[in-house]
Formats: sequence, C-alpha cells, structure tokens
Amino acid sequence: MTTLTGIDPAVATPGPGSRKQLDLEGLRAQLAGRGGKAYWRSLEELSGSDEFRQLLEREFPENASEWEDGVSRRNFLKLMGASLAFGGLSGCTIQPEEKIVPWVRAPENVLPGRPLMYATAASLSGVGVGVLAETHMGRPTLLEGNGDHPSGAGGAHPSVQASILGLYDPDRSQTVKNAGRISTWGSFVEALSGELEMQRSRNGRGLRLLTGPVTSPTLGAQVRDLLLQMPDARWHQYDPCRGDGVLQGARQAFGDNLGTCYDMSRAGVVLSLDADIFFQGAASTRYAAEFMKRRTEGLHGDGTSVSNRLYVVESSPSSTGSVADHRLALDKGSIEAFAAALAARLGIEARYEGGMPVFEDRAGWVEAVAADLEAHRGAGVVIAGPEQSAALHALVHAINHALGNAGRTVHHTDPVDAEAVDHFDSLAELTRHMEAGEVESLVILGGNPVYDAPGDLDFASALEAVPFRAHLGPYEDETAYLCHWHVPESHFLEAWSDVRCYDGTVSIVQPLIKPLYPSRSAHEVLAVMSGKSGKPVRDLLREHWAGSPVFEGRDFEHEWQRALHDGSIAGSALPRREVSLLGELRLPGAFGRSLDPEEGLELSLRADPFLGAGAQANNGWLQETPRPITQLTWDNAALLSPATAQRLGVDNEQVLTITVDGRSLSLPAWIVPGQAPGVVTVHLGGGRRRGGRVADGTGGDAGPLRTTADPWSTTRVAIARTFDRRSLACTQDHQAMEGRGLVRRGDLDHYRESPHFAHEDYGHQIPEDLTLYDEFDYKAPNQWGMVIDLTACMGCNACSVACQAENNIPVVGKEQVLNAREMSWIRIDRYYTDLDDPEILHQPIPCQQCENAPCELVCPVTATSHSEEGLNDMVYNRCVGTRYCANNCPYKVRRFNFLQYADRETETSKMVRNPDVTVRARGVMEKCTYCVQRINSARVAAKKENGEGRVGGDAVRTACQQACPTGAIAFGNLTDDESEVSRLKRSPLNYGILTELNTRPRTTYLARVRNPNPRIG
Amino acid sequence: MSEAQRRPYTTPASELGPGQTSYTSITESISSVVLTPSTPWQWFLVVAIVLGLVGVLQIAIAWLLYHGVGVWGINIPVGWGFAIINFVWWIGIGHAGTLISAILLLFRQRWRTSINRSAEAMTIFAVLCAGMFPILHTGRPWLAVYWLFPYPNSMDIWPQFRSPLIWDVFAVGTYLTVSLLFWGLGMIPDLATFRDRAKHLVTKRIFGMLAMGWRGSAIHWERYEMASLMLAGLSTPLVLSVHSVVSFDFAISIIPGWHTTIFPPYFVAGAIYAGFAMVLTLMIPLRALYGLQDFITERHLDNMGKVMLVAGLIVAYGYFMEQFMAWYSASLYESFMMQNRMFGPYGAVYWALILCNILVPQMLWSRRVRLSTLWLFVVSMFINVGMWLERFIIVVGSLHRDYMPSSWDMYYPTIWDWALYLGTIGFFVLAFFLFVRGLPLIAIHEIRSLLPMGRKH
Repeated sequence: MTTLTGIDPAVATPGPGSRKQLDLEGLRAQLAGRGGKAYWRSLEELSGSDEFRQLLEREFPENASEWEDGVSRRNFLKLMGASLAFGGLSGCTIQPEEKIVPWVRAPENVLPGRPLMYATAASLSGVGVGVLAETHMGRPTLLEGNGDHPSGAGGAHPSVQASILGLYDPDRSQTVKNAGRISTWGSFVEALSGELEMQRSRNGRGLRLLTGPVTSPTLGAQVRDLLLQMPDARWHQYDPCRGDGVLQGARQAFGDNLGTCYDMSRAGVVLSLDADIFFQGAASTRYAAEFMKRRTEGLHGDGTSVSNRLYVVESSPSSTGSVADHRLALDKGSIEAFAAALAARLGIEARYEGGMPVFEDRAGWVEAVAADLEAHRGAGVVIAGPEQSAALHALVHAINHALGNAGRTVHHTDPVDAEAVDHFDSLAELTRHMEAGEVESLVILGGNPVYDAPGDLDFASALEAVPFRAHLGPYEDETAYLCHWHVPESHFLEAWSDVRCYDGTVSIVQPLIKPLYPSRSAHEVLAVMSGKSGKPVRDLLREHWAGSPVFEGRDFEHEWQRALHDGSIAGSALPRREVSLLGELRLPGAFGRSLDPEEGLELSLRADPFLGAGAQANNGWLQETPRPITQLTWDNAALLSPATAQRLGVDNEQVLTITVDGRSLSLPAWIVPGQAPGVVTVHLGGGRRRGGRVADGTGGDAGPLRTTADPWSTTRVAIARTFDRRSLACTQDHQAMEGRGLVRRGDLDHYRESPHFAHEDYGHQIPEDLTLYDEFDYKAPNQWGMVIDLTACMGCNACSVACQAENNIPVVGKEQVLNAREMSWIRIDRYYTDLDDPEILHQPIPCQQCENAPCELVCPVTATSHSEEGLNDMVYNRCVGTRYCANNCPYKVRRFNFLQYADRETETSKMVRNPDVTVRARGVMEKCTYCVQRINSARVAAKKENGEGRVGGDAVRTACQQACPTGAIAFGNLTDDESEVSRLKRSPLNYGILTELNTRPRTTYLARVRNPNPRIG
Repeated sequence: MSEAQRRPYTTPASELGPGQTSYTSITESISSVVLTPSTPWQWFLVVAIVLGLVGVLQIAIAWLLYHGVGVWGINIPVGWGFAIINFVWWIGIGHAGTLISAILLLFRQRWRTSINRSAEAMTIFAVLCAGMFPILHTGRPWLAVYWLFPYPNSMDIWPQFRSPLIWDVFAVGTYLTVSLLFWGLGMIPDLATFRDRAKHLVTKRIFGMLAMGWRGSAIHWERYEMASLMLAGLSTPLVLSVHSVVSFDFAISIIPGWHTTIFPPYFVAGAIYAGFAMVLTLMIPLRALYGLQDFITERHLDNMGKVMLVAGLIVAYGYFMEQFMAWYSASLYESFMMQNRMFGPYGAVYWALILCNILVPQMLWSRRVRLSTLWLFVVSMFINVGMWLERFIIVVGSLHRDYMPSSWDMYYPTIWDWALYLGTIGFFVLAFFLFVRGLPLIAIHEIRSLLPMGRKH
C-alpha cells in the first residue's frame, strides 16, 4: 500500500556519491543520436497488497451499499409524483426492482432510448462553467461544454466533465451524522437552531461561517442576510486553489478588488507569466478556444496568415506552455525579474525596494517580446498566473495599461465573488480566532480545510477547540471526521443553485435528478441558519432573481425559462469597469530574486491539473487520466528538471524527502524535461486520509508544505534523497520519437516556403494503389473520417475523459496502469525533442480506422470487421480475446479487458453508464469506434428524412471532438466535400502516420505549425 | 547395409548392442520394463515430483479461468506472453517424433527403430501440452473452443479463414490426429506380444483389447506395413507444414521481427533442433534407468548429435538472415528492432539465446561430445532452454517495442505464467513416465528386424 511513512533520518540523507548517480551527460549524448534507453527505462513492477490491488481493479469496491432502504410502493409512488413535478427530470432515483409501471401521464419530451440535454452549470474553484448534461430517462450520464455559454465554445475541462462521476460515487456520504453516528436532518436542524438561538442573543459573536468561494448571488445574499441578523458573526471563505495575488495585485495597481478578463480573439501577442491560461481556471476553455480559433483559421483559411503569437514563461511545463511559440522555463524569482526587465524596457516606472532585479537574458527574450508587444499595442495580453505574487500582478496591470491593452483585450470588472476576500488570510484569521477561543459555533459549508489548510496553520487542532462544529460536504472527509455534525451535500446535478462564470454571467444550476441520498445544499443549511427554512431552494432562487435588475422590464417567467434553457441569464455579465493606475508602483525587496543557479532550490506547489487541491481525488476517471505533460496517473510526484536531478543526484522514482519549516513529505522524483532549473514542483491533492476508497493512500499530501504567506512556492526547502523507490504509474515510458515521422512540425516561414513540408520532409510517400487485392467497395453514402490538428492540441486530455464517459470505459487502477493495461480509447502521446529546452509535442491517438486494417486480417473469429462506411467495427460478443489484433495494430490503440474491469456490482456506478454503449466483459478487446452509437442514431434519423441514410457532413460529433476546448478534432462525412473534415483533409498539412505500412488510416493529422519570433535565438 | 562401414570412423557403427543376440533377448528386455511387478524407486520419485507439478497446473488453470488472463504479465503492447512462447516451444519439441518415425522411415534409416516409439509418444504429449495454451490464452476460452472451428450454424457465421490462428487450429488438429494414429497403429504388434507374455489376467485383458485381435498372420503384417507406410507418407508433409503454419502466426503480421519470410524454414529447423534435444533429454536418463544401452546405442547418440548440429546450423543461418535483412531492408523499424533485440532491455536474453543455440552446440562437432551421454545431455539442455529463449525473443522482444514509441512497455511474467509453464512440463513428464511404465517404449518387432537373422526378411 502506498502510504506515506516517515523515513529514518539515518538513511534519509545519503552523502554525495553514495548512490550511483544518473549519467545525464551521457544520456544527452545518446538522445542526440537516437534516444537514450537507459534513462527512460520502463517502470519497475510494483506489487502492492492484495486488498489494495483488488480495490483498484474494481473501481468501486464491494459492499458499497448505496440504497439504505428497499423500495416500498409508497416510496415508488412518491417518486413518480416527484418525477412529474420535475417535468421528467428525475424518475430513476431508485430503480424499481422488477416492477414496471407505465406513466400515468407521460412527461413531455421523454422518449425511451432518446437522451435529453439540459443546460446547467458546474464550477471550478467556485466559478461557474456552463455545461450541457445528457440524461437518459432522467439519469444524467455525460457532461459536455455548453457552446452558448460565455465560459467556453463547447469544449469542457476534464475536471468538469468528470464531475458527473462524483454524483454516483458510492463513497459519497449518505446520511447526516452526529459524532460519527447516523442521525437525521431533523435532529441537525434542531441542534443548529438551538446553537443559533444562543448566538442570536449575542449578535452572533461566537458564530463563524466558513465557505468555499461563493459566486452564487443567491447564496451570497443569504449569507449577507444572516450577517444582518447577527452582525458580529464572521464569514470566512477558503479555497486552497485560489491565488490571492490576483486580487491583491489589483488592489496594489488600482486600489480596488477587481476581476480581469481577456479577449483572446483580439489578441495578437499573448505573454503568459506562469499562467496556464488555456487549461487552468473557469475561463481557460474560452481562452483556449479563442486563441486557437484565431490561429487555425489563419492557418487553414488562406494557409499563411497566422496572426497571433504566444510566449510562455513558466516554471513547470503546462498545457499552455506546450502550445507556446516560445517557451522559457524560469523559477519564480526569475519570472519576476523577467517581468521587471520587460517593464523597464517598455518604459514603465516602478520603484524596486530591493534594487532593480537582474535578469540574465540569454536568448534576447526581453527585447523580442517587448518589440512584439509594442507592435501590437491594444492587441496584446500579458497575464500573470494566479499563483504569482501580488507585486507581479500589479506590474502586469501596469504593463497592460502602458501598452493600451486595457479596455481592448484586457477588461476589468468587479470580482465575480459575492464577497471578494483573500482566502489564505481569511482562513488564517479564522484559525487565530479559533485558537483564541473566540469561536463558539463554526459552520463549514463545503470545503475540507482540515486536509487542505496550509501547514503553518494548525487548523485541525484549532478546530477541535470549537464547541459546536458542523460540516456540509459531499464526503465524510477529514473535516467531517473532526466535526460534531456532518450533513451530506448535494451534487450540483441534484440541487438548485446559481453561479457566476468568469465574466460574471449568471447560470442557473438546475438539478437533473432527485438527490440519491438525503443530501442538502448550502442554500438549505443557510436557510435554516437564518430561520427561513421550509421554502424550496428553487423558490429562493426565483425570488432572488425576480427582484433582480437583470430582468427589469421583461417577463420574468419567460426569461426564467430561457435562462434555464440557454444555461445562462442573458445580459447578466458584470459591467466592465474603466480603471486607472494608482501611480508609481512599489515592488517589495523580495521581488525578482532569482534562484542561485548553482545550489538554489525552489519548491513550487500547484493544484493538480485534474484533482485541484484534492476535492476530486476520489474520482477514478481523473485519477487515471494521464496528467498533461507528465503522463502520470494516480500518485503525485516531485517534478524536477534533468539538470536539477543531475545536480541532486536523483533518479526517476527515487523517493525524496522534501522539508519546509520542519514539515516534510516524501515523494518519488519524476524527471520532467522543460522544468525550470532548480524548481521542484509538487501537485496538491494527494495523500488523502479520508477521501474515499479511490483517493486514500494515493500520492502524498503536499498541503503541510504550504505556508499562509506564500502558499504556492518557497525557497526555504530542503530536499534529501532516500534509498527508497516508489513506482509511478506513467502511461508513456518512452519519450523520444526515434526518428519516426509521427508528429510532423514546422515553423510558419517553412510552411510558407514549402506548404507540403509535412510530406516532403518525411521520406517518400506510398502510392495509393499499392495492393495485390481488390479495393474494398465503399458504396455506403457515409464515409467517416477524422482530422486532428496538432497545432491546436495542447494535450489537456479533455478528449480522453469525454471518451471515458461516453463509451463506458472502466477505471482499472494503479497496478494495472503500471502494467500498461490502461483502457483509454483515445490517448495523447507526448514527445520531447530535447532534454533541457524541449519542444513538447502532443498527439492524440484514437483508432486510426485503417481502410487496410492489420487488425481485421488476423482475427480468427471476425470479431473485428470492416464496415461499408469505413469503420473497423468491434463485435464484442463475437470476440474470444486472442489479442492478435492488438499485437498487429501498429498504432497500439486496442485495449483489452485482461480482468473483469467493468464494475458489475456497484449499483451507482452502473448509473453513470451510457445505455447506448455495451459494457464490455472480461476477455474482450475494445477500442475507439468513432462513437459509432452517435453515427448510428444520426443514420437512423437521416434514413427517416432522406431514405438513403446520408448524414450531413458535420452532423455527427464524436465525444472527443465535442469536448476538445480548442476544436483540434474534426470529424465527419468524407463524401461531403463541404464538411469540415473534407476541407481539412485537403490541406497540405494533412498527413497520416505510419502510412508506409499501407494501412490507409481514416484518422489523419495536420502538421503542427508554430509562429516563432525570428528575434529569439 | 554398408553405410556404417563407409564412414571414416567406426566406433558407433552398431544399431544394437552386444547384449542383444536373439529375438527372445530383445522381447525379454523390452517387455520386462512393463511386465514386471517391480518398479524402480527412481520412477516413483520422478512421478511424485511431476504429480505435484500437475497439481500446480490444475491450480494455475483454475486461477486463470476464475480471474482471466490478467493474472499473467501480458499487457498492451505485449499481448502475447508465456502462453504463445510455450505453445510454439512445445509444438516444436513434438517435431522430432514425427521426423524420426515418418521421414527417417521413408529414408530407410534403420537406426531410428529403437527411438521412434518413444519419440512419437513425446510428440503426442508435447502437442497435448502445446494445445492447452492457445485455448487458455484467449480471453474467453469457453467461446474460443468452438468458435474457432468451422461448424455449420444457422447464423451462417464462419471463422475468418484469412487469420493464421485458424490455420493453426487445422494444422495442430491434423498433426495430433495423424500422430495419434501412427503411434497407436505402430504399437499393435507389440501390444499383442505383451498380451501373450502377460501373466496377470487383468493385464492380459487390457493388452488384449489394445492389441485389437492381432494374431501376427501374414495378411495382418502386410496390411500393417501398408498402413504404416501410408501414415508415414501423411506425416511427412506435416513435419514441414505444422511449424510453417505456426510460424505464419508471426510472419503474416506486420510487426517488425515477426514479418519475416524466412520464418517457415527457420521454424521447422528450430523445431527439429528442439525436438531432438528433447528426445536426448528424455532418452539419456531413461537409457541408464532401464539399462537400454543395447537398444539406444552410441550410434543413436552420435546420429542424433549430428542431426542437432545440422538443425542448429540452419537455425544459426536464420538468425544471421534476420540480422542481414534488418540491415539490407534499410527499414527504420526493422533495424531498430534488431538493435533493440541485441542491446535493448531484453538484450541479455538474446545473448543467452546465442550462447545456448549457437555457441554451445558447436561442441557437437567433436565426436567425443557426441558419444558422451553426459555432454550430450548438457548440450541438449542448453538447446531446450535456447529454443525457449528464441520464442521469448520473437514474441516479447518484437512486441514490446514496435511502431509507436509512446506505447512501448515491458513484459514481466508473473507467478501464474511460470506456474502454467512448469505445470505443463510436469504433465509432459508424467505422461511420458506412465507411457514408459505401461506401454512398449521400443518397437519390439522392428528391433528384431535389426538382428542378422531378421535382415533377410
């Protein structure tokens, strides 16, 4: 079992040279030639305990009883009634066993076998993201991005998509608990009311409310109402993923709390200072879509005009960094020094209290970027990452103002939060008050501070000093364990609410299913607290919005329905604010202190790309989806660059002890080319203790290494090597392309000179008619094909999660991933070109649907056969599992059910499945089908329309295509010359991989084109 | 026969040892192995050990069927592991029996007579072991056992005849059938001898039934000879075809290291190589145990050593051609495959294979080695191991790094891989020892014909 254990200090710090060091110089030489094999050797087999392996194999282990009562007739009728009240939104809450009762009055639009889409909103760190939820007979199964919503162009962040699995998680808390014993909502209300009665008499002096970030206007109003009743009560907000530098920087620059939005569609030059703008945060999908649309429209339109350029300066390689035209890996201090140098070059005056930072500019970055930004005045964007210091944010505001970007590509609004606070200060203050004994009753609505509070706050022991502690949360987590009362929190698909997205636009969160368990939402708890319980939350929302100026002069009922239908309230975005800089900027003495290149070390703590700070750690889909760039699944690791590893004498998977202020964590090292020298990055969200069966024991908890002053990085870090090794489940063992023309790439200039470089530069091409046999007769009116644009792909794995949800792909667990048995139908291969300053290349690999498929030939039972529409169909019930097809697939896209991976026992995990896709049994091969279920339903519809069954060129959208934030995937009917896929197939950039094998893949790629600045050497 | 005299050296000229001078002594020596109440303690010791291994086999199969093939170390990209390695290895071992009994019969190599029966038995047991693997290695064996056969059905669904796995079903099926017939038919006269010599009534009855009414009349003998010849004729192409078809399992694919035209002859040579090594591995101890030095003489050891040497050289040529073609094809994938085979993570296995299959067997050039049972046994063990390693290199070494570097991965066998493998070895040895104890392990009537007075007939 991968639990973290303390390491004997006697063995923790071997002296220099006591362990064989990694010969990176030699490796580099090897890589220059052909690619080093010793260094990228495969993971060693790690066998954990049997229970753990079983647990992981099964996705959701046994004895997960989710229905606490059987189905009584009374209950059933009650549910039916509720279903009617919801207009067909529920109905599957409790599956009737062997009783089928017809609808007395059929709800509108509900047709068995036909999914319905509802607009609602998920949230990332409290900020709303518009989604469309697919429901089958009242059972939500899939979340897609809502293309009509400002937060995105139809794509969806992996964490958002996977949040649907949280709804059906058998580890969710299922009942109110008092001191660990099962209790009822009624008892809780009684206890809470009593407690509040007491507080009310004292103006709420001892009452504290701790919430996550609240962007819900209704919830905000509820809290304010409570605080009006009890003016001495305090409201604290804490989100471990929140970067307080954003607000603080705005205050430094403008004197006010401000939110900032960017218009990437108008941005010609984008400079990101350690901001993973295309992947991180609730606006990322939108920004990625806008930027890539501008880029690819230029590239695939007239073929030559690319009108935007992205510079990324970052400490750890990110999705955004991997699509940058120029990428520079720097530590935090150097990033600040770079910004200072850039500001100085742009003529921005600022006072550096510690003297002007020195930036060692080797490749002429400052001059080149400055010139580019100046050439694009009013059409540039400079962004600092949320983890960066307030000073850097302030400086970036000054740069954007000086360049005239503010008001054009950079917009300011009020913060989307109902009440903007500095989260870490807020939590620190609460802890101080708790320690001082000032807190008598604490109500925690969401969040898990016992696990994710920074290590310098002893939140847990402070909490235990509070006489009354109540917790609302989806899991009985670390915090719930230390509270007197725990109330299960409804999933956002089960409860009404509202939420603001990044630009302030409000979405109504509408439930799609009756709560699976007797759970409650924060609205309900707050209603109890303010003595206004009894009213359904929906009515609360309607009351709030009926009185809102947004709907003034319009028919509320009509607008309400429209808002529900569209997924957002039109015109509810926060108004843009004209702001001006306060005057000369003062930057603190610590600003821009670069790391010592010889021995400096910086610990950089980042939210896990998928799990955040651990809130979604019990989500098997997210745990098993390879993290962008590192390709790690399950456990987190200490990421460090090859040079740093060499300096520290650290090997891949060697366990390191990382110590900050006496608090330490041991994690295996993982060497990541492109990581900034001297920077060790650790993702949060691992090492949960009460997170559920998937989360517990996975990875290590980096929370204790954080400090309130700077939760994101520290240089007060000591790293000691140990002799232990811990295997990391990486899905890609080999990182070099070995001279094979898989990812083809060129610069824009090269593309202009030789548009066919993707073919000419990569060896001779195979003639089309190279076969001894008769051509397959493709007589069907639909011929399916896919094109994946490698320029637009940033390796975020949104496609992979969407595929998992759409196609019922099981989670197999760390042990299975370690033995290369992951099941993803579409994977993203990632290649590095170099060890120290690599270009990072992504290549999504779904089934290539070869016209001349090697897999079909070798199957002895015809379980994989060719369709007239050009698909390699899998016939699951015919498959006997010889695995010859997988061996013979040159693309290695086939996945095998080596064991019974699909969970056949846990009822709730069955509910998330797509009823249109077979759940595969043990011993059966599977692979990408181009979402054949979607094709089939489109063909059925087309047959009804035109008889022939000819489907429109762009009528079918695959799950991966749907989810891709950047629109990198095009799919459609090749017989339609006007379809997007046909258009892209005609591009000179279009090429197939391994076509020298005469496989004739239907999936092809557009070569990656970058737009580098010739001034950067 | 004067070929023995034409040889440049003379020592192992005899097909029969000096102790065998009459029909009676031959019959006595061979039948006494079976028709005796006493069994050597060594026999019991070996049977006890291999019975344990058969227990392991049963557990391994039960565990496999209960959990699925995931209990093995296979993954994606290495979809085939020990199961297919062992399948090819066992099939190869079987080949010596058929070669000895069919081809050498047609070529009138009289020295074969004393080893052909046991070699044929070895063939059958090896094919039985081999046959377990293709079925057990499938994800759903309960479907594979009949969907691979072209049985008529109302759905009009047939196997896919383009797949070499289907050809395998026919090739191995035919092989097992013909081998069983040949073996069973060949034993009939000897079973009748046992029937006549048996003292115990039950033994008499059993051998009587097995002898199928053989009376030794001239017409019996005439039909017997004709049937033997026909079956030999049927078996002869099988020696070449079965392993050629097995090699198609690989050669038909597009995987570098598999997609090779030299595979059919190279596999057949390898099979003969492995088969003779296994015959020696079994015969040398057996010969000592039952005092059969008069039947399995130095002449036999010498000849088998020579066959192994020739087969080994063909195999070595195959290895060389693979290297040559990897270079000559100028294919990136082929040359990488060969580079990886030699210096990749399984490089040690490749060099062990070269040692076992090419270097050590060169000792067979020395007559002293060919005549020494100890040295021959050591060399044959090397070849047994080497041929297994060869299949490991072909199956795992080719799959684990093919076209997509992103999917490269390692294969490590699990305890269940080993358990099934060791279990089949146990089954094989058990079956062979039961055969030795219960059936005529040397063809009595054929040996008799080697006596000077028998040669006239």
